[in-house]
Amino acid sequence: MAIDLRGKRAHADTAFRWLAFASAAIVLLVLALIALTMAGRAVPVLDRMGLEFFTSRRWSPADGRFGALPFLWGTLYTAAIAVALAVPVSLGVALFVTQVAPRWLRAPIVYLLDLLAVVPSVVFGLWGVMVLSQHFGLGRSFLTAGVILAIMITPIITSLAREVIETTPESEKEAALALGATRWEMIVGAVWPHSKAGLVGATMLGLGRAMGETIAAALVIGSSLGQVTLDAFAPGNSMPAVIANEWGEADELHKSALIALAVTLFVITIVVNMGARAIVERSKR
Amino acid sequence: MIGTVTATDLRPRRSWRRVKSSIMTCLMGAALVAIVIPLAAVLWALFDKGAGVAFRSFPDFFTAEIPVVSRRAGPGMGPAIVGTLLVTTGAALLAVPLGILGAVYLHEYGRGSRFAGLVRFMAMVMTGVPSIVMGLFVYVIWTMRFGYSAFGGSLGLACLMLPIVIGSTEQMLRLVPNPLREASYALGASKARTILTIVLPAASPGIVSGCLLAIARAAGETAPLLFTVGAASAYNPHLFEEANTALSAQIFGNATASFVAAQDRAWGAALTLVMLTFVATLAARLLFSRKRSA
Repeated sequence: MAIDLRGKRAHADTAFRWLAFASAAIVLLVLALIALTMAGRAVPVLDRMGLEFFTSRRWSPADGRFGALPFLWGTLYTAAIAVALAVPVSLGVALFVTQVAPRWLRAPIVYLLDLLAVVPSVVFGLWGVMVLSQHFGLGRSFLTAGVILAIMITPIITSLAREVIETTPESEKEAALALGATRWEMIVGAVWPHSKAGLVGATMLGLGRAMGETIAAALVIGSSLGQVTLDAFAPGNSMPAVIANEWGEADELHKSALIALAVTLFVITIVVNMGARAIVERSKR
Repeated sequence: MIGTVTATDLRPRRSWRRVKSSIMTCLMGAALVAIVIPLAAVLWALFDKGAGVAFRSFPDFFTAEIPVVSRRAGPGMGPAIVGTLLVTTGAALLAVPLGILGAVYLHEYGRGSRFAGLVRFMAMVMTGVPSIVMGLFVYVIWTMRFGYSAFGGSLGLACLMLPIVIGSTEQMLRLVPNPLREASYALGASKARTILTIVLPAASPGIVSGCLLAIARAAGETAPLLFTVGAASAYNPHLFEEANTALSAQIFGNATASFVAAQDRAWGAALTLVMLTFVATLAARLLFSRKRSA
């Protein structure tokens, strides 16, 4: 009898194990499917344009010419502006929460960051296009997009920076203070060497987020064509913004070009994220 | 004379080191102010421009249909609210069970295995995949065959939520003390039974909180809906049939409209959406803090 019961139970047990296994495997399945199905759809345009897709500045769907260089540039440039603005602020907040703030203040600050993280991208976009770009003289430009993206990636960089900074051994911080170090010297001498690598990872992760952010950028970046410039006040464009703005009127080849942009974006963000996560995870250990 | 060396000699008040430390502390405080300002500015703009539109002739804005001609003034985000709830519920029904089961595998079965490590890592990487890529992916595998529907949007949002649910759930499973599991085994329970009746209930406040946060995030997403949900201005309560709409898609569409009436509706919709997501976030936080203090 006992053997029968155990047999039955073992059956259900194994079934549950496989169910859980399949659920976990879905992550890999989805990522693989994204790469495979979308790469297939991008082939027509790459067939036609070849490497020029990445090097040409001319994007004119009407003539079937697709050069994505301005969008690649815009994506990198706005993301760089966003990171340059967001990293000092995020670091400051992370240090404030972990090293300065009294215990009772920590939860409210974290809560504030949660709220900032949960404000939808499209709401920041709406605010950017109706308030920031009109009343602050920024217009729709690389800079406006960079500022909005900076606001949006600050919570994620801050929360990762906080995790990384918190792994600094208490004993080393106390040792620094015991030697007469001021708070800042303690941060430079004990916290920084421990968290350096992790903070680089957190920054890269913010970069990846900024590059993929679509809706806010689509609303405030200005949707220019062919703009490859360092002028931050010029109207620009980015890969996700082009996809969102042009999809509605796109014919087959145009859609293929937009999907090729998405594949490019996918590859870039995956690479950046893998690097960033590897660094963050290693430094947390 | 050893006794004459005083504390003030050792730590002179005006030393540059102390001043520098104070300056840096102030800068950290300033950074905090720097994140409060945009949040406050956005919320202020929402209430300033959205509250009037949304609450003028309560509850019309939340129940009326969307005007077909966008320059016409008047209320109406009802269909978009229903659409958002529908799309998000569909996404939650897909992503929450899969995410929790996936996390169970990672922590309860595969702990330390190479496969679990790979999935854990790729799930973290997946949180960084841009939402617009998910949207196009769903367009390619679903919308091209079955047409616009709320469910297409659900699939896109589920792709975004899945790795977040896995990550937060696994973290909560880690907090469940091992003796609980061992006690259950000692009573003769199988592993599956232990997980379902002991481990998951013990971790449930944290898991629910994590799922609510993921849902709140997803509810505000626009990019995955652009290619999959289509457009509609009338109520469509069907998950699998016909084009639908959502608050986020309405905001995106109206934000660049040149008609004041459309812009007003965008602000009203934005206020509604932010209220929805904030309520979910608040609920999540309250739930989790109660668990911590208990």
